Amino acid sequence: MAETTFSYPLVSFIIFFPLLGVLLILILRKETIAKFVALFVTLANLIISLPVFINFDKTNPHFQFVESYKWLSSINAQYKIGVDGLSILFVLLTLIISILCVAVSWSAIKERVRLFYAMILFMETCMIGVFCAMDLLLFYLFYEAMLIPMFLLIGIWGSANRVYASVKFVIFTFAGSILMLIGIISLYFMAGKTFDVTEILKIKLPLEFQYWLFFAFFAAFAVKVPMFPFHTWLPDAHTEAPTAGSVILAGILLKIGGYGFLRFSIPFCQEAALSLKLFMQILSIFAIIYGAFVTLMQNDFKRLIAYSSVSHMGFVTLGIFSFNQVAMEGGILQMINHGIVTGALFMLIGVIYERTHTRDLEKYGGLGKAVPIFVLFYTFFSAAAIGFPGTNSFIGEFLVMLGAFKSSIYIGTPLILGIALGTTYMVWLYYRVVLNEIKADMREQLYDLNLREIVMFIPLIFLVLLIGFQPSVALDYMTSSVKMLLEDLFMNSALTFR
Amino acid sequence: MMNIEYSFLPLVPIIVSLLAIPLIIATGERNPNLREFWSLLAGIIKFSAIVSMLPKVLSGTIIECQVFQILPGIEIKFRVDALGMLFAIGASFLWIITTFYSIGYMRGHKERKQTRYFACFAAALSTTIGVAFSANLFTMFLFYEGLTFVTYPLVAHHETEEAKAGARKYAIYLIGAAKVFLVAAIVVTYLIAGTLDFKKGGIFSETVRQTYSGILSIVFFMYLYGFAKAALMPLHGWLPAAMVAPTPVSALLHAVAVVKTGVFTILRVIFFVYGTDFLKELPSTDIALFMAAFTITVASMIALTRDNIKARLAFSTVSQLSYIILGALLLTYNGMIGGIIHISNHAFAKITLFFCAGSLYVCAHKTEVSQLDGIAKKMPWTMAAFTIGALGMIGVPLVGGFVTKWYLLLGALERGSIEILSLLLFSSLLNAGYFLPIIYRAYFKNFPESLQEGHTHDIKENPLMAVTLTITALLSIIGGLYPDLIVNLAKEVLK
Repeated sequence: MAETTFSYPLVSFIIFFPLLGVLLILILRKETIAKFVALFVTLANLIISLPVFINFDKTNPHFQFVESYKWLSSINAQYKIGVDGLSILFVLLTLIISILCVAVSWSAIKERVRLFYAMILFMETCMIGVFCAMDLLLFYLFYEAMLIPMFLLIGIWGSANRVYASVKFVIFTFAGSILMLIGIISLYFMAGKTFDVTEILKIKLPLEFQYWLFFAFFAAFAVKVPMFPFHTWLPDAHTEAPTAGSVILAGILLKIGGYGFLRFSIPFCQEAALSLKLFMQILSIFAIIYGAFVTLMQNDFKRLIAYSSVSHMGFVTLGIFSFNQVAMEGGILQMINHGIVTGALFMLIGVIYERTHTRDLEKYGGLGKAVPIFVLFYTFFSAAAIGFPGTNSFIGEFLVMLGAFKSSIYIGTPLILGIALGTTYMVWLYYRVVLNEIKADMREQLYDLNLREIVMFIPLIFLVLLIGFQPSVALDYMTSSVKMLLEDLFMNSALTFR
Repeated sequence: MMNIEYSFLPLVPIIVSLLAIPLIIATGERNPNLREFWSLLAGIIKFSAIVSMLPKVLSGTIIECQVFQILPGIEIKFRVDALGMLFAIGASFLWIITTFYSIGYMRGHKERKQTRYFACFAAALSTTIGVAFSANLFTMFLFYEGLTFVTYPLVAHHETEEAKAGARKYAIYLIGAAKVFLVAAIVVTYLIAGTLDFKKGGIFSETVRQTYSGILSIVFFMYLYGFAKAALMPLHGWLPAAMVAPTPVSALLHAVAVVKTGVFTILRVIFFVYGTDFLKELPSTDIALFMAAFTITVASMIALTRDNIKARLAFSTVSQLSYIILGALLLTYNGMIGGIIHISNHAFAKITLFFCAGSLYVCAHKTEVSQLDGIAKKMPWTMAAFTIGALGMIGVPLVGGFVTKWYLLLGALERGSIEILSLLLFSSLLNAGYFLPIIYRAYFKNFPESLQEGHTHDIKENPLMAVTLTITALLSIIGGLYPDLIVNLAKEVLK
């Protein structure tokens, strides 16, 4: 097996480069310079990483650019990283979202500026690390480390109810991940004392253990996604977080749940995953429809988009657990799409919140005349969120639906209701915010987007249209990896069930 | 045998009006003449590009053009065939006419935001031609949704409460129906057939037809109602509501582009997705036929009760659209021809009627039927054109509508269906019932005495509007005298 690799540790560099930025911010004690450092580091990191995406061999389903070093030799833990078709797009998404997080906070963050940008950069390291880790312990390390900056982001720069939200976020995530840790440790012993993902994949686990392991991982990832009924932390965290925090949450953190299912739960516990297919599908459908109904009732701009994430992520998990090529690719694509579109919507909310200082939808209305450029962007991303043909979400929705109908007509049909409700809440939100009549006191506060704000939306618009019209750009990366995952799944399980 | 030719020509008419948009916006209110010139120029280029493809299409060639692949088996792809040509040629020609009319209407009425109006209009025409030339369901759906999107500002143009309410209803009905029914229908079609490309005689293979006939029956209704622009009852409510738009919008969009897109897409599904042979086996055809017949009669009856001219025309449109669906669903040769040619015949007659309604509104400030007493003496051209249009709707010989009715009646006879035959005759009676009183009032009643003083001088026909509506009226007559062109195109569709 010919492996694509570089002569220098590029992937490691991408992971740890933002830490260099953190260091720089700590050394340079000036508050004003921190954001420039952060912007430079995140931008540079994207540019540096380009060879990874260019040289990535799309036909190779295995890990590429693998770097492996001894780490804790006493327990056989390694520092082993690499990317494959399942993770590479998330790395790219993380790199892009990080830049936007800096850009969107440019004028919104006025207190403890250095700490803020240091946390964003630290967050970037952890997120890329999570997606690249090929060693379970390393994965867990990055996974847990992410909690710290996120906790601080919500807890320090959040709005009124921030402490409650940040503690709730940590408790939920931690409760889930502690179960995952137990799973990882027992897996370590079952698999012959190794944390190496590729090694564990070669081992056939007993069925009963698979169920336990599946639920241990499920506890962590279902909270992250979040799947119904573990979603209650999400609206609070989203609502209270600063804009950058919401964008990271929606853009990347939720995706780690879906990624975890793909990377660990399904390949490790193949039979268990297959036999729990229907259970997971029903849970996903419930999330889609329940999430959409709850979204309809929201009166808080941010909370509404937060709840819509529950519904959208239901599509993702449904795609993943329909276990066919189209659906799984659709699920992964939908994660990327959701990151782009919901990220953009949170940024838009952040931008308008900076002006109005309210998220109460009762106070909004008639923005169409007051801030036309804002509304132009808002219209575009609303259309993308409802899956307007020609946007990326349409492709994702289409693929997931295709896969769901392929799986069973009874799984596919409820999606129609989900999509209809999804359109309803977005259009109604649009009506309440953009059309209607403008409130007098709001009119005085409003002014339209400045150049920085316009520029930061342009790349997202480009991505929405690129994936909308040319989804193969994204799909080609994942096709072979997804194919291998599914082939293994059905080949191995066919043997045991026979 | 069908020839397929690859060419980028189908892209020209779609792109040209998109290119006009930045020019229209850039010119803006500073130079209205130049701004309208861009619209006209784009319209003329578009029309010529479409006409240049006509001879090939008539000789049975299909012009195809693939832009890019979305997914394996799903492409953004265009094809120009007889059905698309029939629709595109009418729509693009009427765009030119409507632009002239719009200039008269918008300036005569001193409308606000004319730049936005002309820009959206150009965008609407691009998407309409996109629908006409789509080669598969996916591309067609893309443009279909795009059309809803760009026409929303046109419907809400006045920005009054009423306009907003109308536009809201418009958006909810059209986007809602498309989201609920169409996405799922397309997904299921793709799963079952493995392709979305239009194919004469249908895309479902023999074995598939046997296995999935139940599901496909349901999916057929999802198409029928998902393409809510066809205003098949009970999803017709958006059309009268959308009449709050300025009259040229109602004229071009709600008599030609938007509603015709609706029926056109349904014809595509009938002829090129399901295929007539398959539909003959499906029980859903009869139910759909009944719904079309129901719409024809009930909408006409509602039209009888409306005093507002545009509302009456709106319900007349709802009724007339179902003629097209009914004709296609008769599944007999002549019936289908009748349905197809009615796309064009109805377009010319209905746009004339709307033009007249707009002219009455701008020049005489009349919106209700009951205000029209004796108006013919003041506005002779308008009312003459109105009469021709109305006669076309009723189906009087010499006007285009007669040709439609002739083929439809033949089709009903071919099918041996006495019910449909009598329905068609009864509905003609209803058509006469709601149009003739208008003509009677205009010509044979006296202009109200109370208004004689003062107002008399105000009522003067706008020349730009009068000329355009006379042209469309004449075209209706030409359509009735020389129906060969469109009938040949229709025959080409069915060949």
